[in-house]
Amino acid sequence: MRRLILAFILLVPGITLASSGGVELQQAGNDISDRASLQAGAKLFVNYCMGCHSANYVRYQRVGQDLGLSDDDLTENLMFSSEKVGETMSIAMDKYDAERWFGVTPPDLSVIARARGTDWLYTYMLSFYLDSSRPWGVNNLVFKDVGMPHVMWDQQGWQKLVHTTDEHGHEKAELVLVNEADKDKAEQYKKDMRNLANFLEYMGEPAKLQRESLGWKVILFLVIFLGFAYALKKEYWRDVH
Amino acid sequence: MSKILTDSLEWIDARYPLSKMWNEHLAQYYAPKNFNVWYYFGSLALMVLVMQIFTGIFLAVNYKPDAALAFASVEYIMRDVEYGWLIRYMHAIGASFFFLIVYLHMFRALIYGSYRKPRELLWIIGVFIYLCLMAESFFGYLLPWGQMSYWGAQVIISLFGAIPYVGEDLAVWVRGDFVIGDATLNRFFVYHVVLMPIILLALAVVHIIALHEVGSNNPDGIEIKKNKDPKTGIPKDGIPFHPYYTVKDIVGIAVFLIIFSVVVFYAPEMGGYFLEKNNFLPADPMTTPEHIEPLWYFTPFYAILRAVPDKFFGVMGMGGAIVVLFFLPWLDRSPVKSIRYKGWIFKSALALFVISFFGLGYLGMQTVTPTTTLFAQIFSVIYFAFFLLMPWYSKWDETKPEPERVTD
Repeated sequence: MRRLILAFILLVPGITLASSGGVELQQAGNDISDRASLQAGAKLFVNYCMGCHSANYVRYQRVGQDLGLSDDDLTENLMFSSEKVGETMSIAMDKYDAERWFGVTPPDLSVIARARGTDWLYTYMLSFYLDSSRPWGVNNLVFKDVGMPHVMWDQQGWQKLVHTTDEHGHEKAELVLVNEADKDKAEQYKKDMRNLANFLEYMGEPAKLQRESLGWKVILFLVIFLGFAYALKKEYWRDVH
Repeated sequence: MSKILTDSLEWIDARYPLSKMWNEHLAQYYAPKNFNVWYYFGSLALMVLVMQIFTGIFLAVNYKPDAALAFASVEYIMRDVEYGWLIRYMHAIGASFFFLIVYLHMFRALIYGSYRKPRELLWIIGVFIYLCLMAESFFGYLLPWGQMSYWGAQVIISLFGAIPYVGEDLAVWVRGDFVIGDATLNRFFVYHVVLMPIILLALAVVHIIALHEVGSNNPDGIEIKKNKDPKTGIPKDGIPFHPYYTVKDIVGIAVFLIIFSVVVFYAPEMGGYFLEKNNFLPADPMTTPEHIEPLWYFTPFYAILRAVPDKFFGVMGMGGAIVVLFFLPWLDRSPVKSIRYKGWIFKSALALFVISFFGLGYLGMQTVTPTTTLFAQIFSVIYFAFFLLMPWYSKWDETKPEPERVTD
């Protein structure tokens, strides 16, 4: 019996290693209540991602409301192909063409943060490296043989994969900049990707800000209600022996 | 004013047994006075059922049961419908809580012997409710049309294929197609919002009627009806359900709603246990997820299915794990009902059973390795042994004498 429990406990750690190609994910450390970061992320999203990726469930107007942008701000800064603020963030690229060009249709990114998690997205965006065997010349450490090119290579600078062995003899794959001079650029890129991950998380669940600010009020009401309910119960049950 | 009210009530009572029903089921239904915390889960289950129906109605108003539109319509509810996110979370998380409550409710019956004579039928109706609930949640889980919806349904329906001769045809008949598709989604929608709710509601009513016919059990497992006041005929240890247990159950509901709200507002995904990450990817018949698992409340049975090397016997094992529950009233031969007066043998058997159930639940979420299969097999054997060996060990057990009257 005791052995059984012990063995059972030993099995548990298996759950913690989620699938990410065995690569340790970096913390995105984003904060969806940070409006400036969300606005920066939105700008990156429409400028770089929306060339190929849609966000078909997201409306510009809602983004504007939640990020504190007026309709004019939206039309001037975020909307390149849409006319009305009530439209969704859809793209013109045909999905069959896309499949021919990239091998797969670039997925809609509306809820990608809920499927992948922000840490994964953040790490993914930082993990492109040069690989001449791939059609776009790049591969990705957390998403092996991904069909996506490194769209923001000029923002980050090229990286290459280096295999090192640590003091315990474990082999480790590491990404290093090809050109050391890109160091400052790469640091800024990290910040940009944090903002982008932040925007993707917001976009995955725009109601998150609303639910977190509503929740404690509901719970506070229920706690007060519980107090009254308990007092009522006590009063009635006084004559039960 | 009160004259008008009494007259109206008389008018109704002459045409419909309103006062009679009120008295039979609430004001003059005598429940044992020693209910403990385990006795909240019945009323909570009823409340969650009502909540699921109401939130479900609001969702159905905006949902589209169409393979091309379903996923988008759920996101439409989450974003564009006013408070749609709240309704959707209440419904999806409510399903998980429904199972949690029902499991605790069933466990209560298990520890206090609430399935024993004269409550055999009450227990059996309850197991039917549990079965319907499983069907209801299975149908409902397809509706968001995410990857896990799609592939979960694919795996479960393909189990019909294990039945000899008619299996494959049966699976096609259930799906309405050779794979899960629009036809499947459409029919599952109808089963989820029309067929199963009607059956569930009817069974819930029958369950309560059966309960009120035989009277509630209690933590001591003794019959309060054996000790009635000679003058009034009211059980000495009984108190009217209303107002005593109505006011008490309101406290339980308040506590439940606080816990429920914490999850709904601050952890709706519950780390992927209540809303699976993969279900935020739209269903894609061309891409099989590397890891298909059902929601947590099915994983114990899924683990039993996978523990058996043969598909057909695996399905039998999984079905048998639920069918065996129907026989529970006749498997228990102990002279006492409640765990309070049962001996160490039953208590150990129950402890092993609980460990196995949790163990199976955990293993059902893991990818299969030889070690997990071995453990799943051990736990499955314990699961069945708990029931099938009960006629013997419950008789050998050293029990304590039951008291005459309920204790506090």
